[in-house]
Amino acid sequence: MKLDKQAYSALLARKSPPSPLWKDCLKAFLFGGAICTVGEGVSNFWQGRGLETADAAAATSITMVFLGALLTCLHLYEKLAKHAGAGTIVPITGFANSIVSPAMEFKSEGLVLGMAAKMFVIAGPVLVYGIAASVVYGLILFALGGGGAP
Amino acid sequence: MNWMEYVNAFWVGGAICAVCQVFIDRTRLTPARILVSLVVIGVFLQAIGVYQPVVDYAGAGATVPLLGFGYSLAKGVAQAVAEQGLLGVFTGGVTGAAGGIAAAIVFGCLFALLARPQSKS
Amino acid sequence: MTERIGQRTLRFDQAPRILSHAAAVGKKEGAGPLGARFDFVAPDDRMGQKSWELAESELQKTAIRTALQKGGLSRDDLDLVLAGDLLNQCTGSFLASMQSDVPYLGQYGACSTMAQGLALGACLLAGGAARRLLAAASSHFCSAERQYRFPLAYGGQRTPTAQWTATAAGAAVLAAGQPGQGAADGDLIITHALFGKMVEMGVTDANNMGAAMAPAAYDTLSTLLADLGAQPRDFDCIVTGDLGHVGADILLTLLREDGIDLSPVYSDCGSLLFGEKQDAHAGGSGCGCSAAVLCGPLLRDMHAGKIRRLVFAGTGAMMSPTSVQQGQPIAGICHAVVIERSGA
Repeated sequence: MKLDKQAYSALLARKSPPSPLWKDCLKAFLFGGAICTVGEGVSNFWQGRGLETADAAAATSITMVFLGALLTCLHLYEKLAKHAGAGTIVPITGFANSIVSPAMEFKSEGLVLGMAAKMFVIAGPVLVYGIAASVVYGLILFALGGGGAP
Repeated sequence: MNWMEYVNAFWVGGAICAVCQVFIDRTRLTPARILVSLVVIGVFLQAIGVYQPVVDYAGAGATVPLLGFGYSLAKGVAQAVAEQGLLGVFTGGVTGAAGGIAAAIVFGCLFALLARPQSKS
Repeated sequence: MTERIGQRTLRFDQAPRILSHAAAVGKKEGAGPLGARFDFVAPDDRMGQKSWELAESELQKTAIRTALQKGGLSRDDLDLVLAGDLLNQCTGSFLASMQSDVPYLGQYGACSTMAQGLALGACLLAGGAARRLLAAASSHFCSAERQYRFPLAYGGQRTPTAQWTATAAGAAVLAAGQPGQGAADGDLIITHALFGKMVEMGVTDANNMGAAMAPAAYDTLSTLLADLGAQPRDFDCIVTGDLGHVGADILLTLLREDGIDLSPVYSDCGSLLFGEKQDAHAGGSGCGCSAAVLCGPLLRDMHAGKIRRLVFAGTGAMMSPTSVQQGQPIAGICHAVVIERSGA
């Protein structure tokens, strides 16, 4: 039989099991929702300690990053993530995981070129495009006459 | 204590994650691309004034997912441009998200020094 | 003498013998269905080393050392080491043989490396370039993850078609056949070899290697059967490297369309290595997977006479993180050797 690419890709689509979408989505929903609920609790905790809304938001981010980093260090985040998928990737705890995990992994190549240089190998693009987008937005606001608080 | 705010945080945050799961499972978008998209979309939604109401409704349900990271960047830059003009264009975004970024670096170093990777089974 | 028969199959007049062999595996592999049939199961995947690359080289060293011991040989008895793994510059292999003081040739055939080493080794022995040599291959889940995918502690999800890189190593000592004298009863000999072509069928999904490799296995196995004028039933066992469940299914389907039913004698090392409940998704992969399954259970079964004639077809996916990121397709490759137990 002469194989051709089109016929093969059709065969492949038939033979490759797809990811179980509904199950994955349900788990992402439950885990992601749970992490956000914890975030709400943390935010209330900081507001209860007298922080203003903006400061409480920053403190919440820092706390959630700490929790994500801690769970990564205890090898628990990877175990949760196997089930949670997007539920653990999308929250800011996942951002922390994506920074701590390469730092841990590449420590064996040294503290400068390994741990520090590889730290942003996954999360770097998020900062690059996020900060670039914020500058574009800022330029537009500036061009429109000084911005203002939306 | 207002239980509804926890319910709202749960379902909005969960829904954002579930939508991203659909993209991971059914498109060729890798998780890294999805995260980048989320942050940029977060900046955009805040810029057009859509995200603030979501944050007011869902609290951490809207700020903890990476869309919220974009939201902080956009909010920071809007405030800084209003106060400082052109300089704020550059300083505002990072200022708005400074806590999360610095925390990630500090805890990243700290925990990387404490732990080492483990094989999986 | 080496003779070319049919299209591409090589037949060895004085068939090289497999003097001894050994397999060393990691903890998860040791807990699998074949666990008891490996020579060494690591209690800890780190092997007491400070990096995963060193751990992998230690595993390969263990397989090499054990194979030599089982044959009552030392490194001085070897004319050549042919070794390979999945890492850049074959890091696991050169680290393993760095202090050995034996001529070394690094091999890269992705997961087909063990078959490549055996086929090439047999040619060198048949041509008189070496009298005794060792072929080895290894892979390590942790060193492969950090090079090909993500850091271990990163929270990612694997797709159902993804395969699990085995922490495993296999080594076999080969010796040239004696001129004018056949193999003794019970000797394991390599009678034929076939070097495979790369076959590229437009697969770009790095999480579906089985699909990328199956067409190459199809090409190699149908060529081999045609060149030998053989039917699948002429062999006791035809085993592919590590197509996994998805690739194995595709291979059987492709051959069935040609009217060849491989299923009665067919197995796949990737499907054999892990049990259903071990969460390995589509099965095992990595150079070490087929190397350890061959040098452990399969060759043991041949010694015991349970298998008399075996086709070992190592399958590899030709890709690198760089080529995939640059949007290039993944080709498959498959090298085959025919191993026989001589005599009654």
